[in-house]
Formats: sequence, structure tokens, C-alpha cells
Amino acid sequence: MAANSLNINNKTYNIDIKEGSTLLWVLREHLGLTGTKYGCGIALCGSCTVLVDGKPMRSCTLSLSGLKKDQKITTIEGLSENGDHPVQQAWVEAQAPQCGYCQSGQIMQAVALLAENPNPTREEIKMYMNGNLCRCGTYLRIVKAIEIAAEKTSVKT
Amino acid sequence: MNKAVSRREFLKTSSGVALFIGVSGLLPQMISCKKNKEVEKILKKHQLTAWVKLAEDGQITIYNPAAEMGQGSMTSLPAIFAEEMDADWSMISVEFSPQESQIYGSDKWSPNNKVMLTAGSMITYGYYSIMRQAGAQARYILMHSAAEYWKVPMGELSTSKGEVINRRDNKRIGYGNLIPFLNMPDILPEFSESEFKDPKNYRFIGLDRPRIDIPEKVKGTAQFAIDIQLPEMLYGVLERGNVHGAKPTLNNESEILALEGVLKIVPFDYAIGIIAETLEEALAAKKLLNISWSEAPASGFNSQDCYKKYEKIASAKSAAKVITNEGDINSAFKSAAKTFSADFKNDYVYHAQMEPLNAVVQVATDGNSAEVWVGSQQGFDSKLGVPKYLGIPAEKVKINLQYLGGGFGRRSMTDFVLEGTGLAREVAPRPVKLFWTREDDVSYGAYRPLTLQRLQTSTDVHGKITGFSHCVVGDGGNLVASGIRIDYYDIPNKYAEWREVSEGIRLKHWRSVGHGPNKFAIECMIDEIAIYFKKDPAEFRRILLSNSPRGLATLEKAMAMSDWYSNIADNHAKGIAFLERSGTLSTGVCEISVNKKTGKINVHRFWSASDAGIVIQPDNVKAQMEGGILMGISSVLKEQLTIVKGQVQQSNFNDYEILRMSDIPDSVETAIIESREPPRGVGESGTPLAACAIANAFLKLTGKHLRHLPFTPERVLKALNT
Repeated sequence: MAANSLNINNKTYNIDIKEGSTLLWVLREHLGLTGTKYGCGIALCGSCTVLVDGKPMRSCTLSLSGLKKDQKITTIEGLSENGDHPVQQAWVEAQAPQCGYCQSGQIMQAVALLAENPNPTREEIKMYMNGNLCRCGTYLRIVKAIEIAAEKTSVKT
Repeated sequence: MNKAVSRREFLKTSSGVALFIGVSGLLPQMISCKKNKEVEKILKKHQLTAWVKLAEDGQITIYNPAAEMGQGSMTSLPAIFAEEMDADWSMISVEFSPQESQIYGSDKWSPNNKVMLTAGSMITYGYYSIMRQAGAQARYILMHSAAEYWKVPMGELSTSKGEVINRRDNKRIGYGNLIPFLNMPDILPEFSESEFKDPKNYRFIGLDRPRIDIPEKVKGTAQFAIDIQLPEMLYGVLERGNVHGAKPTLNNESEILALEGVLKIVPFDYAIGIIAETLEEALAAKKLLNISWSEAPASGFNSQDCYKKYEKIASAKSAAKVITNEGDINSAFKSAAKTFSADFKNDYVYHAQMEPLNAVVQVATDGNSAEVWVGSQQGFDSKLGVPKYLGIPAEKVKINLQYLGGGFGRRSMTDFVLEGTGLAREVAPRPVKLFWTREDDVSYGAYRPLTLQRLQTSTDVHGKITGFSHCVVGDGGNLVASGIRIDYYDIPNKYAEWREVSEGIRLKHWRSVGHGPNKFAIECMIDEIAIYFKKDPAEFRRILLSNSPRGLATLEKAMAMSDWYSNIADNHAKGIAFLERSGTLSTGVCEISVNKKTGKINVHRFWSASDAGIVIQPDNVKAQMEGGILMGISSVLKEQLTIVKGQVQQSNFNDYEILRMSDIPDSVETAIIESREPPRGVGESGTPLAACAIANAFLKLTGKHLRHLPFTPERVLKALNT
């Protein structure tokens, strides 16, 4: 057993979990933060995307031992208090989700994109989001949502 | 027609009242909804239909009888109800109804048999009249109660946005404020078409409301079955082997049982199950299983070799199930000026819904009751087959429906629900979360069948089609035969049949079912004939659709949207297709280019125009068309599941690729033709457009035929080089 201290959504969690467990299982099955989803387990679908120090990471292949103590993990639950992060608002405005299962990962990836590149071109959006699968086929609305969020954010700044 | 019912007592509490409004001769009743058990008791006793719960603060809860898998039932069905109830949308919340098909089922699947089933894009069609009737009756009860309370004739009252209004003095009372005065009328009318709200006063139907489920889906709080956590919950996994139907013999039971956290090994006919304290322990133990597998009907089956056999079956005088036989196909061919013949092939495809299958099940210690948390498309089996599996009465099983992380037909099977039940029974009363990995989901999938379509057609000297013959060879009955009919085309002699084979591979409905492969074959054949006679494929269809004004309207709309006759880049071409799915008529146009070095097809733009009858939520219909078209493009360009010696060759998204964002078209434009016909299905209408429109564009661009789905780069290069 390895005792781990994780900073998730600005809260410290002391967990006692076997070596080799992935961050995804810890979040979902041990801490009940189920907004982050399992889709493939091999970092190819993006449903499990979380931010680690602001960078998008696939939590399904991130073993706990690979995490440093002070790294800040942000999940969909920690993105905003009331679901009103500008990216989440844009997602509602574009009526992007269908089944919704992949959308937490899509939103986390989009948040990271806009942090790096506040005014991405359509091609830049497609490249950055290419690791996030959506089977319902909401891609066009995701692009639209990111463009809405980019526009609103850039107006503010 | 009025129906007399006896006046009944009902309970009133400060928490609110549920209006239990009977349909089809059942009694209307109102009871307190404070105590759920009481409600359940009364439901059982009277088998009433309960659609709405009203609270004194005016909050209205409408029950959705359908699964929500992204198609928008959580909003569209309540919108139909709210329209006739004349409710205030801001006061509405929606919950899944209890999974009681006698109360919440629709008889549109089969007459006199109420079924809860979210499949075939049937939900709006199946519940439109039920929701309207129930909503109108709820409004009637509220108006009647206000009339009694104010002591005025009901004829002087009207409603507006959640209030009853006395037209004479303009006095108003909110629906919630009527709760203390609710009064069941002696006669509850069954409303007829002329008594429903005039469509020009619609506030919901045909107008967009933001989808009710979207806020929680962007917050990450929407609950899928895979998210369920229960006290004392255990985890279950199954190893189902590599060949469908093979039977397992476990060789290292004691070794597995000795692993940390493993509680139990549960054998199934086709799998070995493991129950463990944590998911990680269950998954680790699964990897260590040493199992010998028996032979199965699928052993030795090679999916890519079987087309030769299917060609022989199509050529031989084999037994067939005739689906269409109109006119005289034989004399059409005898008197033909020109005949055409082509075979079309379709590899297996896999559902790839983003949430792998799972279910949480708890069986009582005595084994006499069970509770299930599951994302299911529901089905014909009572309570998903759990009562039968456990040998207990249906009322002893409670199904808690959760959001579905995609369905596409896969979640209309109950295999995973029964697996979870089989595990939970072994460790009762501890609940078990049955978990399928993505690899499980791929390899033990239930696929869209592999098929061969042989199309033979005849024309006169001018290119008018005189005979159209369609033979589909494949496993799975209606799974392969759906979409084979072309009633909408003006062709005097039509013949269609299905020839059965059996390969031992698990099969299931896959978004648009047989329409994908069959419409692909039909629409490509139409273009082949048009091009041979040097006719424009859209104009050619215009003549074929001369007896289908609704179909023709979609064709003309799509031609206008896509600017069909406009010049485009030399290395681009447009293709067109028309089809019917779930009662909806659609025309699709796409613009493609082909990389002649790599064989990669790029779809640049897609347009669709559909007549789906009355549309409840226009933007949601558009979303369904967009998503359906993208899933269609995905299947056409990328998706291929192959089997070698009975073993599925793909395991995850590394070798079963689906469409990614880099390959989406620049735009997908969808139009809806206005209609007052009953609403039909749209969830599957976009998907089958992709194959035929893309292949027809490819034919126009290159003069070459693509007749084998999917259009992988290798197949495209092969076509280009022939």
C-alpha cells in the first residue's frame, strides 16, 4: 500500500491505494468523482481527460506513482462551482452534448486549449481536440462551442 | 367521445399532488405523491397512468417513459405533454418514469401490447398521442377544479402558461395554487384532434427549448450507470473468450480465488465471472485467468472469405424469404432494353458507444427481489428479463433507469443486465457493479451483420427503370432486410428477398439497421443507371419520386441547399442519395475529394433535407441529423470489424477506429420540411445517407465504383486502379 496525498480541485485527499492503480480509478471508484469517464483505458478516446497543472492528461493511463506531490489535478467537478465556466456556458449555448458521456473530457481538453491559445483557428481546434472521441457525432457543435467560448473570452480581455 | 368515470376520493398534502390520468378506459385518479410507497401501491392496484406531479409552489414534474441516450427524449416528450397542459416551461422538471410497461408503455410497437422500448427512432412517434392526451386531460382537471372553486361554468375559463384564467373577470390562479381545491371531474373526456390546442398557439412543439439534460452533462453530474456507487458494492468482470459461443473450462480456480480481493468465481455458459472488492482487483484477476475454450459454431469462421460463399448463395436457386413482389419482375427483365447487375458488400461494424456496457445489480438475501441500475434502451422482456432470470415476479424487480452513454442499438440487448444479475445473486445482498472493459465491449459485441446485396435492374431504351430486384444474403433476419423496400420509387416491377446464412456471430441492430447496407446498394444502383444514360442523378430521382410529393420536396430542398448545379473545384464532386428510415424521408448531398496517392476520401460538406412529420424540437432534430450523418461517415470511411478463425481481430480504438475531429466535414447543413403529418423518427435517418452519397460522389469524380463498405484507403486505391 502506498499512501498518497493528492491535490484535486484545490482539496487535499489522503488516499491509501495499491501501487499501480490509475488516477482514473482513484477519481471514479475511490473518491466518487465520477464526472471523469472511462472509455478505452489506453488513452485513445479522451473521455478521462483531467488537467494536471493545467495540462490535459489522460487519467486512465496515469499511474499514481507517476504523479508528483504538489501537482494540481482539476476534474470537471472542479472547473466551476455551478457549471458556469465560460467553456461550460458555451457548451450549453451550442447545445453540444448528446449522450454526454464524452463531454467532460471534451470540455477539459477545450479548457486547456483556450488557456494555451485563446483564439484558435478551426484547424487548431481540430488538431488539439483530435484525441477526444465522440460517437454521437457532436464534433461540429463542439467546434462551435469552442469558438463561442473563445469569442466571449477575448471580448472580456 | 366522453367517458363517464366514477368520482373518486383523493388525498391532498402540502407536498403536492400527482395527477394520475388514465388512458384507454383506465380510471383517472389523484393521490398524494408525498409517500412514494403509497403511490406505488395505488399504481399496482389500479394500473393507472401517471405522467405528472404537481407541487404547490407550481413545480411540475413530468415523467419521461423513454431512455435518454442523447436523442433528446428528456425534453421532447415532456414538451408534447406541456403543450397540451399549457404549462410554464420554467416550472418544469423531468424524471424518468418508473419502468412499468403496463403503465408507461406504448402500443405502437405491437397492438394491444404495451412496451417500453427506445429503439428504431420510434419514441416521438410512439408517445406523441399518449403525451398529448395525458397533457390535455391534466389541463382539463385543473380547469374543472378552478371552475368548482370559483363556482363559474368551465366554459368561461381558459389557461395560459401555467395559470387558469377566468375570461370574464380576468382572475387568475396558478396550477400549483389549485392543489388544495383539486377536484376530479365526473367525466374525463378523451380528447380528439379538433379539441387539442390549435398549432398556431403552440409554445413548445416546433419551437426550440434548451435540452433539459444538457446542464448536468456539461457539469459532469449527469449520472450514468457506470457512475453508481452503493454501500458495500463489489465489482464484477467476465472473461468471455475470443470466439462467440465457446464454452469455458477454468484451469486455475484456486489460484484466482487466492488473489487478494477476489471473493468469488461465477461460471457462465460462455464466460467466467469474477467478483472482487475493488475494480482494480477484479481486472487484475481477469488477466490471470487460465481458461480452455470449446469449439463453437463460429470457430473457423473467416469474415472476409465468406463473400464468395454469399455470391454462390445469391446465384443459386436458394430458399429465400420474399419481402417485396410487385408487378412481374421476370417479364420486366425479358422485355428489358438494358439490364444492370452489381454486388455490394458490407463488413461487420461495431457500436462503439462511448460508455462501455455495465450494470449495477443488488439481489436481496432471500433472492426474492432485486434492484437494477442500468442504462438500457429497455425492451420487450419484462423488466429487462431480470424477473425471469431470477425466477421471481416482475413486481419484485425495480429497474432504475440511468442516462445512457450511447445506445445505437447495443443497449437494447439485455445480456449485460443478466450478467450483472447472475453475479449479484452469488453475493446477495451486496450490490455488484458489472464492468465491461472496452476490449470486452469490442470482442463480445453484437455487430451489424456482414451482408452481400445483389441488385439486378432493367430499363427501357430511354433509361426508365422497369424492374428492380434486390437479394440480400446475410445472417439476422430483419437486421439485414430492413430498408430493402423502395415503395417511394415509381418502378412498376419490384422484387426483394432475403437469403439466410448463419455464422454464429452475435448480431444486433446498429443505428439504422439494414438501411445502411441496403440503401447503399439501392442508391448506388440508381446512380449507375442514371450515369449510363447520361442523366443527372438528381433529375433521375425527381422522375422516380413523381408519386411521392413529400420525398420530392426533400430532394428539391437538398438540391437547392447544396446548389446542386454549381461548379465546384475540379478535384471535388457531389453525390446524392434519397431514402426513407423510421418513416422519415431524407435527401442527402455530399461533396468529396480523394487523395489519389493515399486513397483517403475527404468529405468536405454535407447537406440533408428531411420530412419527419411534425417536429417537436427543431434544433434537436438537426442535432440528430448531424450526429447521424457523422456516425454514417465514420462507418463508411473507417469502421471494419473482421473475424479470423472465429476470433474478432479488433480490441479497442487503436484497431477499431472511429471518426475523429480532424476528419469531419467543414459543414453539415440540415433542413426540415414543414409538415403536419404525425412525427416520425430522425435518430437514424442521417446515418444511411453517408454511404450512398459518398459512393455516388466518388463515381462522379472518378468514374469508378465503390461497392464494399467501408471505403478504406486500400479499397479506394484498388477501385482507382481498376
